[in-house]
Formats: sequence, structure tokens, C-alpha cells
Amino acid sequence: MRLRTFPGGVHPHDHKHLSASAKIENLPLPDRVVIPISQHIGSPSTPVVKVGDAVLTGQVIAEASGFISIPQHASISGKVTKIDIFPHPCGGKQTAIEITGDGLDEWIELIDDENYAALPVSEMKERVAAAGICGMGGAGFPTYVKLSPPPDKPIDTVILNGVECEPYLTSDYRLMMEHAEEIIKGLKLIIKIVNAKTGIIGIEANKPDAIALMEKLLAKEDSLSVVGLKLRYPQGAEKQLIYAATRRKVPSGGLPMAIGVVVQNVGTAAVVYEAIRFRKPLVERIITVTGSIVKNPRNLCARIGTPYTVLVDFCGGTTSPIGKVISGGPMMGFALPDLAAPMSKGSSGLVLMNDVEARLLEEKNCLHCARCVDVCPMNLLPSVIAAAVKYKNLDMAVDAGLNDCMKCGSCAYVCPAQIRLVQWIDTGKVRYTELQRAKK
Amino acid sequence: MKDKLIVSPAPHLHDKTTIPNVMWSVVIALIPALIASVYYWGFRALYLTLLGAAAAVITEALIQKLRKVPIAVADGSAFLTGMLLSYNIHAGAPWWLPVMGAVFAIAVGKQVFGGLGNNPVNPALLGRAFLLASWPTLMTGGWVKTKLGSINGITNLNMIHENLQGIAPKAYDLVTSATPLKVAQTLRDSTFVNSLTSEAGINIDISNKIMNSLLDMGTLKTLFWGNIGGCIGEVSVFALLLGAAYLLWKNIIEWRIPFFYIATVFVLSFLFGGIKGSGYSLSMPFFHIFAGGLMLGAFFMATDYTTSPLSKNGRIIYAIGCGLLTVVIRLVGGYPEGVSYSILFMNVMTPLIDKMTMPKAFGRLKK
Ligand code: SF4
Ligand code: SF4
Repeated sequence: MRLRTFPGGVHPHDHKHLSASAKIENLPLPDRVVIPISQHIGSPSTPVVKVGDAVLTGQVIAEASGFISIPQHASISGKVTKIDIFPHPCGGKQTAIEITGDGLDEWIELIDDENYAALPVSEMKERVAAAGICGMGGAGFPTYVKLSPPPDKPIDTVILNGVECEPYLTSDYRLMMEHAEEIIKGLKLIIKIVNAKTGIIGIEANKPDAIALMEKLLAKEDSLSVVGLKLRYPQGAEKQLIYAATRRKVPSGGLPMAIGVVVQNVGTAAVVYEAIRFRKPLVERIITVTGSIVKNPRNLCARIGTPYTVLVDFCGGTTSPIGKVISGGPMMGFALPDLAAPMSKGSSGLVLMNDVEARLLEEKNCLHCARCVDVCPMNLLPSVIAAAVKYKNLDMAVDAGLNDCMKCGSCAYVCPAQIRLVQWIDTGKVRYTELQRAKK
Repeated sequence: MKDKLIVSPAPHLHDKTTIPNVMWSVVIALIPALIASVYYWGFRALYLTLLGAAAAVITEALIQKLRKVPIAVADGSAFLTGMLLSYNIHAGAPWWLPVMGAVFAIAVGKQVFGGLGNNPVNPALLGRAFLLASWPTLMTGGWVKTKLGSINGITNLNMIHENLQGIAPKAYDLVTSATPLKVAQTLRDSTFVNSLTSEAGINIDISNKIMNSLLDMGTLKTLFWGNIGGCIGEVSVFALLLGAAYLLWKNIIEWRIPFFYIATVFVLSFLFGGIKGSGYSLSMPFFHIFAGGLMLGAFFMATDYTTSPLSKNGRIIYAIGCGLLTVVIRLVGGYPEGVSYSILFMNVMTPLIDKMTMPKAFGRLKK
């Protein structure tokens, strides 16, 4: 197979061997879960339970508020014990609902709609929305919104993202190996919903068995195919994946639907299927718990809201003191001050590093070496953006690409002067937004 | 769990490449050329190189101490500058020449502007320009023969000896002295060529004969291996290519600058490199890319991070500019060699090129 890719990008060591062969295991029910009301891009959901209420697994505990929002569901049965500010897996603290479990895991009523594929599209979308599904690759955009392109933007291609280009993470890989059929069923449903013609599953070359398996399963499908991709970070980024798989370029500032494409994570496809067929709300996901110091790195199917400490304990704890806790992958994930945060719908991984791996290198003068320029997949001038932000010249930062940056971190990864390029760019984005707001 | 975990922004992984890693890798890449020059001239080449490097390191450390900034000589950048400066000096030079050059390169070429990353032009080349202006005879004269006996690389000297001895002393001088580029330059000088013919008294085109032997396979081979007169670090194309391959493989330099630089010189010297009356010859461009400091300049000096453009298109413009100027200086100007000055000139143009070649973001429409 001829492997495809996109321009730019980097090749970090993938560290996937730690957990790649660990089959998905169900994490035993946690005693308590903490469910953030904001687990997605969009407005936070509104709690509809009070402290003391008894809840069933899958029961709505917070409703969608506004167009770009999703409901949250209880992920275990038990009692609401707190609605308060808790640490959030994206760093910082936010409102969350704490449920103390009764250990029974009593579910709301599910259905099995064998004729699910024949449902009207509007019903399918409603079920996806009601299940509280958001993108499971990390960005967390509400899925039903993506599945509702405006009529003037016809979609012809659905791409499933099985790239998993973040080092260390293997949850999507395990999912593809163990739940390929659900993924494919989900893909077909998504194609139907957006009225597309073809479906593509993009998988990187470091998962040859996943590529082979998907190819086998899709052999008889005319409109579905697998695209093998060269190893390169950030190939899982929407624009890069679309380019690699179809050679189409998403216009700057635009969305994939502008060029007839919808991208969904493979994990999202699987839960879309479950939501449409069983009306099953999104209450669990697969997460990789890994890192050189984790005793038994694993891929766990765990309930949303499970505290990270529970996951680490289940993996046997660590072999040496923790230096850094990363929620998500090491390239775009968040470093947390401790393990107190719970996992959310977008938590694809938990990576623990020791002091040496986590040590911070001192920021030096920019060498003008252009390594950051050479790797930037968006073809920007990262060093210029950073310098412009530093010297408070926002116009220049915008010229050099501030608003096109997707914060993939490739530039900072290669910078020999260890300049925290992404942090500077982030600062610039915040300042820019403030400025725009002040202008209004 | 410890009470204090490290919280820092993504990415949480970093490539192995750091500034010292980059600088010392370039030093390593320059070692084959040093070995070649020790082979051709003996340990004096090594001695002068180390003097230059040591002077650069000491100067940098002293200035950093005076400026009360951290002493960062361990990053290898000063050592590299000193080494490159010495590479631009020939093995017959007095010991203090590389020292003076290195001190100037670091003090005036680098530290005055605030140190690593802030210099507008390549410090080593500025040091060389300073030496050339201050001690021109020491810098351009007194070339020493290699131990293997060659100076300008012309291999079939015997044939020329037989043809020329006693007929044209000037021609004889020409082929027994100077560097290959000097020979080529002199041959383009029509007054000189006319005087050769009149001195010889017979109507043979002596200049063409010398030019042909300058361009024959034997001479080109000699140039490739480096058995010629020249500066310490520039003579062996083979050794420089070894080092360059290492840097390209380690991703420390990028191919655009050396490729477009050398390609430009190649094409232009094919079109314009011959002397009057001699047609195009495919050996001419090979002669021009093998002789003099082009390989050293294209792979190790023009690629200097701080003084070359950021954007990919900018680098192409810059490299073509370097090539164009090199050929113009070599073929039209007063110097036999044009590499240093062309790179220095393009260094100065870099900020302008950067401004002109802001890349267009992926997915952004042409304005
Ligand atoms: S500038 Fe932005 S898009 Fe480009 S490499 Fe850096 S983080 Fe990625
Ligand atoms: S990689 Fe770092 S040192 Fe090199 S140009 Fe970019 S910011 Fe400057």
C-alpha cells in the first residue's frame, strides 16, 4: 500500500509498545465519580439534579444549554453527593457533579432497535444528541452539530480518524482491533446521516494489523476504504488528515464541511452506533494509562468521571515517584498539578512521567534556525509569532499566522533553544481575543 | 506522590536536538576536512585551527564575564566560529593570524550584537573579511604546496613543462604557483594572455592549453580529493561532502541552501565560465564547484542559522543570490574567489528576504 501524508510535522518516538498489546479491560466500578458539566467545546451543560437525588446509570444529570452543547449522564448509579468546583482534566477547576455509587450499577432502560439502520435521519441525530456524544479524540466538539451540515454544504466524504498520532496512546488502536465492527457500523450510520458517498478510515503505518483488519472487513464494501498513512505527527489533526487522505485543503478559518468532508474519531463512530441502536448514553470510554513509570500500562474501559487516582491504582501504581501527570497525549495534553481530576469524555490517555522525563529545559535565545518553520504543518512562522507576541506586536503575530495555529506543538518539540513557542502563541491568541472584544 | 508535580504547557516531549547538540555536530562534521588538511600540510593545519578555536572560546568567555551574562562557551558556538575562521586561512599563515581573526569574529561579529542568535552576519566570515582587509598579502599570498606536491591542482604538469619551459616564463610561473582559481582568473585576463603568446613567439594558444589541463579529469580528481593549494578547511571536496552528508542526515542543515547555491554556480559557470574563444565545457562547472571555498561555504557557512532566511522560499532566493554573486566575483571581479563576500552580502539581505517571503498559511487563499 502506498502510504500518504501531509507536509511538515515531526516524528516523536511513539512509546506505544508500553500499552499496545494490552487488551481493553473493564475497570471495576469506582466508588464515586465526578462528572464535569463542561466536557466539550461549547456552553457548559445545566445541572438538573440536586444533592441527595438518587440517580441511575445513564440518567441525565445535566442538560444541554444552547445549540453547541450536550447533556451529561450519570455514569454509575447512586446518589448525588456534591455539586461543586472540582479539578478538571483540562487543568484548572470547574463545576462538576459528584455521584457516590451504590455499587449496583442500575441502568436506565435501554432498547435494542434491530432496525436501527432504517431509522429516519432526524431520529438518528436526536439519539446522538441525547446520548451526549462529543468528539472522543480530545477536542470534544459536540458530534450532532458536526452531523448537521447546512444544506448548502453538501458532504461527499466521511473520514474516520484512526490515526492516533499522539505518542504513548493506544486506546484507538485497541478499539480498532477489538471493536472494528461497531466502528464500521458507526461509519455507515454517519455516512447516512450526512448523506455522503464514501467513507475512509485513516490509520498510521505503525498499526499494520489494524490496517489489515479494517481492509479485510471492508473488502466487500465498494464505498468504504482504508487509507494507510505515513507515521507523522500531527496527522490526527483534522486539516492534516483530510489533506493526507484526500489531497483537499480546508480553507484557512473554514471548516471541513466547506470542502465536503466530515471527520470523526473512530471511538466516536463506535459510540454513535451504540447511541442509535441502543439509545445508550455516553457514560464510559477507553483510556490508555501509560508511561515508563506505570507498573502495568493498560487500556481501560472506564466510566466517565472516574478519578485518575483510581485508574493509576488499578494499573499497579508507579515504580518511581511521579514527575508529571499528563491528561491526554504528551504533545497536546494537559499537565495536571496532581491526580485528583476525573477522566472526561475526551480523555484518551493518562501519561505519567518521572522527574527526568519531565524536566524543563531553560529557554534560550532564538537561533533563527528555522526548524520550527520547517515542521509547522500549517506553514506558519512560529518563531516570528512568538517574538511578536513577546514584544507586543500583535499585528505582526497575526501576519505570521497566529490565528492559523492549531497548537499542535511540533514547533516547540523541535526548537533547539527550547523556546515555549506554543505558550507564546497561546498568550497571543488570548490577547488577540481580548483586543477583538474591546473593539466591539 | 510528591507534593510538587511539574506543570508546564504542552508539548511534554522534546526532540533531542539542543543548541550544544547542533553546534558540536557541526564541529564533528568539519573534522574530516581537518583530517584532510593535516594529511596534506601536516600538523600546522591542526595547530592553527585549534589556536583559532581557543581564541574564540576565550574571547567569548571573557566578554560574557564582562557583560555579566552566563558563560555559555560550552554550547560550542564560539568553538565553531573559531574553527570556521581558521578554515579560511592557509597553512602557511603566521600563528597570530587566526587568533586575531577569531577575536575579531567573536567580539565584533557576535558579542557586540548580543551574542548567539543576534548577529546580522556570519561572525567567521566577518573575521575573515577583517583579516583580508588588514593583512591582504598574508591572507592571499604565500600559499604552501601540499605534501604531495601539488598547488593548483593541475596534474599533467610535465606535459605543460615540456611545452612551455623556456618559451614563456610567465606561463611557467602561472602553472607552478597560486591556487586553481587564481590560475583560472589570470587566464581570463586578455592582456596577460596576449603577452603570453607574444612572449612565446609562436602562435600556439598557450592559455587554452593551460585551461584545458585545468579542466581535465586528472585535475578535477585532484580538486575533489583536495591535493591543492588553498585554505585549511576548504580543499578537500570529498571530506566536506562527508561532513555535509552527516549534517543532512542528522537534520541539522536543510538541503535548500547548499543545493541552490551550488546549482547556481554550476549553471552560471557552465554558461559564462570559459575563457574567450573556448567553447562550453562540462568540466568548467565542475571546476568551479570543486575549486576554492564553495563546498565549505555552501554547506557550512551559508547555512548558518542566524544569518540565513527563515522561510523555505526565502532560503532559495538567498542561495541563488549567493551563487550569482560568487560567479560574478570570480568571473568579473578582482578576486579569484567570491564565496565569503557573496555570503556576507546575502547575510545582510536576509532580513529583507524574510520580509518578502512570509509563507502563506496552509489552506489560505492567495491574496
Ligand atoms: S505554529 Fe502552531 S501549527 Fe505550527 S507547529 Fe507550532 S503549534 Fe503547530
Ligand atoms: S526552532 Fe527555536 S531557535 Fe529555531 S527558529 Fe524556531 S524558535 Fe528560533
